[in-house]
Amino acid sequence: MKARLYTALSVAGWLALAPSTVLGQAATAKSANSCVECHTGLDEGLAHKMQGDIHVEKGLGCVGCHGGDPSQADQDLAMAVSRGFTGAPKPSQVPAFCGKCHSDAAFMKRYDPAERIDQQAEYLTSGHGKRLNQGDQTVATCISCHGAHGIRSVDHPESRVYPTSVARTCGKCHADPNYMKGRLPTNQAEHYEKSVHAHALTKKNDLSAPTCNDCHGNHGASPPGVASVANVCGTCHTRQAELFRKSPHNESFQQLGQGECLACHGNHEIKSPTDEMVGTSKPATCVDCHAEGDPGFTGAAEMNRSIAALARRLGEAEKLLARAERAGMEVSRARFGLTEGHDALVGTRVLVHGFSPGLVKAETQRGMSIANQTWKQGEQALEELQFRRKGLAASLLVIGFALVAVYLKIQQIERAQK
Amino acid sequence: MKTTTDFKERASGRPTEAQSGAAEWLRNRLGTSPLEEIAAEKTVPRHRHSLWYYFGGMTLFLFSIQVVTGILLLLYYRPSAEEAFESVQFIMTDVSFGWLVRSLHSWSANLMIAVLFVHMFSVFFLKAYRRPRELTWVTGVLLLFISLGFGFSGYLLPWNKLAFFATRVGTEIPRVFPFFGDFMMRFLRGGDEVTGATLTRFFGFHVAILPALTTLILGVHLWLVQCHGMSRPPGPGYENGKTMKFWPNFLLRDIMGWLFALGLLAALAAIFPWELGEKADPFASAPAGIRPEWFFLFSFETLKLLPAHLWFMEGETLGVLAFAVGAAFWLLVPFLDKRAARGLPSRAFTAIGLLVLIYIIVMTAIGFLA
Repeated sequence: MKARLYTALSVAGWLALAPSTVLGQAATAKSANSCVECHTGLDEGLAHKMQGDIHVEKGLGCVGCHGGDPSQADQDLAMAVSRGFTGAPKPSQVPAFCGKCHSDAAFMKRYDPAERIDQQAEYLTSGHGKRLNQGDQTVATCISCHGAHGIRSVDHPESRVYPTSVARTCGKCHADPNYMKGRLPTNQAEHYEKSVHAHALTKKNDLSAPTCNDCHGNHGASPPGVASVANVCGTCHTRQAELFRKSPHNESFQQLGQGECLACHGNHEIKSPTDEMVGTSKPATCVDCHAEGDPGFTGAAEMNRSIAALARRLGEAEKLLARAERAGMEVSRARFGLTEGHDALVGTRVLVHGFSPGLVKAETQRGMSIANQTWKQGEQALEELQFRRKGLAASLLVIGFALVAVYLKIQQIERAQK
Repeated sequence: MKTTTDFKERASGRPTEAQSGAAEWLRNRLGTSPLEEIAAEKTVPRHRHSLWYYFGGMTLFLFSIQVVTGILLLLYYRPSAEEAFESVQFIMTDVSFGWLVRSLHSWSANLMIAVLFVHMFSVFFLKAYRRPRELTWVTGVLLLFISLGFGFSGYLLPWNKLAFFATRVGTEIPRVFPFFGDFMMRFLRGGDEVTGATLTRFFGFHVAILPALTTLILGVHLWLVQCHGMSRPPGPGYENGKTMKFWPNFLLRDIMGWLFALGLLAALAAIFPWELGEKADPFASAPAGIRPEWFFLFSFETLKLLPAHLWFMEGETLGVLAFAVGAAFWLLVPFLDKRAARGLPSRAFTAIGLLVLIYIIVMTAIGFLA
C-alpha cells in the first residue's frame, strides 16, 4: 500500500515540474525585458536612475525612445534595425529624437492635453539650435538640460530644470571657461548667485523669482536684444516698465543703444535696489550720464531728497510707536496706518522709473502726511502714558493717605479699648 | 411722613433720626440692627498665624473688582469672532479709561486666583476644614474650580492668537475621558473646532452661568463662615483664648489690605497694561510658545512631560485622570482627614499639602522657564 502511494506521489511531482521545465527552455529565446536584463549588468546605476523617470512612470520603456524588441533575449534580434532599433542619437539628432513624440500633438494629448508641442521648433530658433544647425555638435540639446535617463517632470524638485536648479544646469556649460572658450564670458552664474533674484529664489524659496530661463527663454534660449530688455524685465516689473516707456529716458536710451533697465540695474548681478541709486553722488547711477547743471541732475537731486525725507520720517514714526509699545501702550491701529506710509514709500520707489520729480513728489507728500499722522498718534500715546503715570501717582497718594488714616484709626480705637 | 417706628422711638425716648443722622435713618428703615449686633459680638481668634485670616476677605475684595470692571466691559464688548478683538481694541484705545478698566479686570483676575490659592493652602495647613467646617471647605474648593473656569473662559474672550490656540489645546483635553470625552469637547467648543460659536459659548459661561453658580456657592460659603466663625487651629500655641473684635478691629485691618491691593492693581494696570496681542486667525499656523494662563501651567507641563504610553494607557489620558482623582481627593479632604476631625495633629495631610504645593510651584516654574 505504502509503495503504491509513493509511486503515485512521484508521478504527480514530475507532472507538476514539467511545465516549468518547458518554460525554462523557452526563456533562452524570449525575455521579459532584455534591455533591462543586459543593461543592468553593463551599467548598475542605470536601473536605479530610471526609477522615477517621467517616461517610465507614464508606461514608456526603453523601446519608447530607442526602439528595438525587448522581448527577444538575443542581443542581435533585440537591437535589430529591422525591429525599429535606433540606438543612442548623436547630438545633432537629439532634437528630432525627442521631437518624435514631443512635437506630435496627437501623441502628447494622450498624456497631457495642455502640453506644449513647440519645444523643438523653438529650440531651432535658440542660440543653441542655430549653432547645432551650423554643425556644432558640442552645444546644448534637450538632454544637456533635461538629462538622458532618469528625466524628471519639470515641476519635480529633483528635475535638473526645477527653478532652483536651472542656474546650476546652465552653469554646467556657461560657467566652464574651457568649454566656453572663444564663445561667451563665463561669469553669468557667479553674478546671478549674488543677485536679488537668486536670493529670493534660493534663500527665500520664492519659486516665482526669475532664474536664467525666465529672461532668456528655455527652449528658445538666447540673449534678449537691447531693445527688448525692458519687455523682458517688464513681464514681472510691469509698472516700472510702463513708467519707463512714458519717461524721457525711453527715447534717449533707444537713440544711445543703451539697454534700458541694464543701464542702472545691470543684468545678471542685479542687486537689491536702494534709495541711494537715485541722486547726485555715487552710488547713484544718475551721475553716470548726468552732470551738474543739467535738468536730469537737478531732477535726481530733487527725487533723492523727497524719498530720503519720507524714509526718514517713516523711520522716526516707527521708532516712536515702538517706544510707546514698549511702554505698554496699544498702538496697533497706528501701526496699521504706518504700513500705508510704507506702501507710499514703495510706490515712490516705483515711480522713480518715470524719471519725473513731480510725480515722485506727489506720492512722497501722500506718504509724508501718513507718516506725520502716525507720528502724532505716537506722541499722543506717549502723552497718554505720562497722564497715566501722573494719575497713578495721584491715586497712590490718595490710597496711601487712606491707608495711614485707617492705620491711625485702628491705633486710636485699640488705645480706647485698652 | 413719619413712620410707626419713629413714633415708637419718640414714645420710648430713644434718639430720633433728626438727632442721630443718616445712619439711624437707614437703621430704622432697613432693620440692620440684628446684623450690627452680630458684627459687634463677632470675634476673630488672635494667634501667631492670624495673618492668614485676611486672605479670604482679600479674595472677596478682588472678586468685587472683577464684578464691577466686568460689568463696565460688558457695555462695549461684542461676543463674536468678527467683532470681539476689535471691540476690546476699541475699549483699550477709544473708550475713556477703557484701558484701565480692562487692565484692572485682567490683573485683578490673576491676583484673585493667586490670593485664592494662598487662602486655600492657609486653610489647609491650619486644618480649618475640620469639623464642623467641612462644607465651608467644599464650597471653597468649588469656588476655586469656578474661578479657574472664569479664567479659562475669560482668556478666550479678546479673541487673540495666543488665547485661540491655547483654547484649542485646552478644549482638546477632555477628549481623553472615556465614553463622554468627545461630547465634553464638543459641548465646550460648540462644534468640532474652536470657532466663533466657542467664543459665544465661553462668553455665556463667563457672564451668566459661572456668575450664577458663584453667587449661589459664595452665598453658602459666606453664610457658613458667619455660622461657624473663624477656626482656631488645633494644637499647642493656639489655645491662648485671645480674640479680636471683628468690627471694627479686624475689618479695618481688612480694609488696609484691600487698599494695598487696590494700589498694587492701579500700579500694575498703569505700568503694565494688559496686552491685546494679534487677532486670532483660525487658518494661521499655531504660534510658537503657546501656553495656558499661569494657573494651568503646572497641569499643562505635567501632561507635556508624560511619556506617550504609560502602563496600559496613553500618558495624557493617565495624566488627566490623575488630575481628576486629585481634584476629587482635594474636595473630600475634610472627610478623609480623620485625625484633624478629632482635633489631633495630622502630619500625613500636612505632608500631602506640602508636596502638592511644591509640585505646583516647581511645575509652574518649569513651565515659565521652558
